[in-house]
Amino acid sequence: MLKDITFGQFFESSSPIHRMDPRSKILLLILNIIFLFLTKNVFSLIIPAVLTIVIIIISGVPVKMFIKNIKTILPIIIFTTLINLFYGSAGTVLIAFWHFTITTSGVMRAVYMASRIILLILQSSVLTYTTTPNDITDGIESLLSFLKVFGLGTAVHMLAMMMTIALRFIPTLVEETEKIMSAQKARGADLENGKLFDRIRALIPVLIPLLISSVRRAYELAEAMECRCYNGGVGRVRMKQMKYSLLDLWAAVVCVAFSGGVIALNILL
Amino acid sequence: MDSLIKLNNVDFSYGEDKNFILNNLNLEIERGSFTVVLGRNGSGKSTLAKLMNGLCKPSNDDGVVIVDGIDTKNEKTEIEIRRRVGMVFQNPDNQLVATIVEEDVAFGPENLGLTPQETRKRVDDALKAVGMYRYRKSTPHHLSGGQKQRVAIAGIIAMRPECLILDEPTAMLDPEGRDDVLDIITKFNREDGMTIVLITHFMEEAQFADRVILMSDGEIIKDGKPEEIFSDIKTLEDIGLDVPQTTGLLYKLKEKGIDITTDAISVEETAAKISAALHLEEN
Repeated sequence: MLKDITFGQFFESSSPIHRMDPRSKILLLILNIIFLFLTKNVFSLIIPAVLTIVIIIISGVPVKMFIKNIKTILPIIIFTTLINLFYGSAGTVLIAFWHFTITTSGVMRAVYMASRIILLILQSSVLTYTTTPNDITDGIESLLSFLKVFGLGTAVHMLAMMMTIALRFIPTLVEETEKIMSAQKARGADLENGKLFDRIRALIPVLIPLLISSVRRAYELAEAMECRCYNGGVGRVRMKQMKYSLLDLWAAVVCVAFSGGVIALNILL
Repeated sequence: MDSLIKLNNVDFSYGEDKNFILNNLNLEIERGSFTVVLGRNGSGKSTLAKLMNGLCKPSNDDGVVIVDGIDTKNEKTEIEIRRRVGMVFQNPDNQLVATIVEEDVAFGPENLGLTPQETRKRVDDALKAVGMYRYRKSTPHHLSGGQKQRVAIAGIIAMRPECLILDEPTAMLDPEGRDDVLDIITKFNREDGMTIVLITHFMEEAQFADRVILMSDGEIIKDGKPEEIFSDIKTLEDIGLDVPQTTGLLYKLKEKGIDITTDAISVEETAAKISAALHLEEN
């Protein structure tokens, strides 16, 4: 799984969402999340919920892939629901036992919290399903480039370069780890049995060679980058220039309209 | 022919260490030539490569390395040297920066500050030149070692350097990947007139060169045409190089008193020499 991090969760398609500029996808995701948290109760959540469904349908990514993502955080959802269930004080009492009471307002609150988390996950999944990690990195670099004004331009470039190199090397290092583990197993290392503490200790002969070889790799990569005229990103011009299109404008209009809806419902309800 | 790279009285040691890796080296690389530097591990051949593009600098004050008229000791002109002299290393995995082939090849031109259109053109040309154009959208870890090394070469070619230095580029590749890489660099030399310096410990690879430099313990032992070097099997074995089976066979025949020269490497050449010698015996 980790080996294929290059494409992450990316789902190949040419839907309008896929074709949007990564920068506007990131910005609109932030906007949607902010308004998700500005909703007052479960009823005003209807608007973000409709927006999320519309986005998912347009993205053309199979629904079961979204369900898979929700499943992974199911424990958190259940935990939040249970905690909130007991936090309502108003409304009619539904169940009361020992020190705990469950009221109608508690139920409402629990449903609200759970749906909000689910919507948050769905919205973020749309970004990762429709954008490659590379494009997300480029998008973040470009969005943060305003920090140049404060003299942080190199810091932003370094952050993006680090993310790119990390993405590039994760598969290589996973492969290397597997190789080292096989080598240690062949010499009789037992990595799978024993108590937790023993197993952690058994990992040391795997981690040390891995660390040493990573340092060596880093050194070689630095030399290779130097040979390719890299000098910290000064004067660097990217081959792929990002461009906003009409599509991004339309997406922004739709998202802003839905955000307006949230504000309206908050006032009305 | 004028020389592209010139080394004068170069000593080199790592750190304050007085054990010199290279001793009083003098060498000139001619523009458009194909030079192979042969030597076993620890002979100083990789250090020599790094001196040629300014990654390493001479340790002694009167030692100078001049690349296309520029002294490598000047830090300000480092970039100018690197855009003239490209370098490919042994492990392709540790040279690739980006997760997509074409973005990796674009890394060099992007650093040079070229326009996106110019970079695009150079990336496409470079990928076509190494035969990896159809993999431009793939990710490097899905490619074979030979393919990755070809991408690494494309990444250097895209900067359009005058000279390509390759430091054991085939050491980690399978035979097929090795042939591909050697074919490509030979083509760059013959067709585009690119200066090539190939550092290797495989004697077989020296057959493509027009000049072979033998190195041992930081010194140049021999410098000449491949035929001259290969006819001296004794020296090759003395400095610890594996002599190819074909050349070895010719050498053994010669020792037995058969009138034959040992300057062949390929199987065809060797066969031709042996059959010629046989005909001579018969007559």
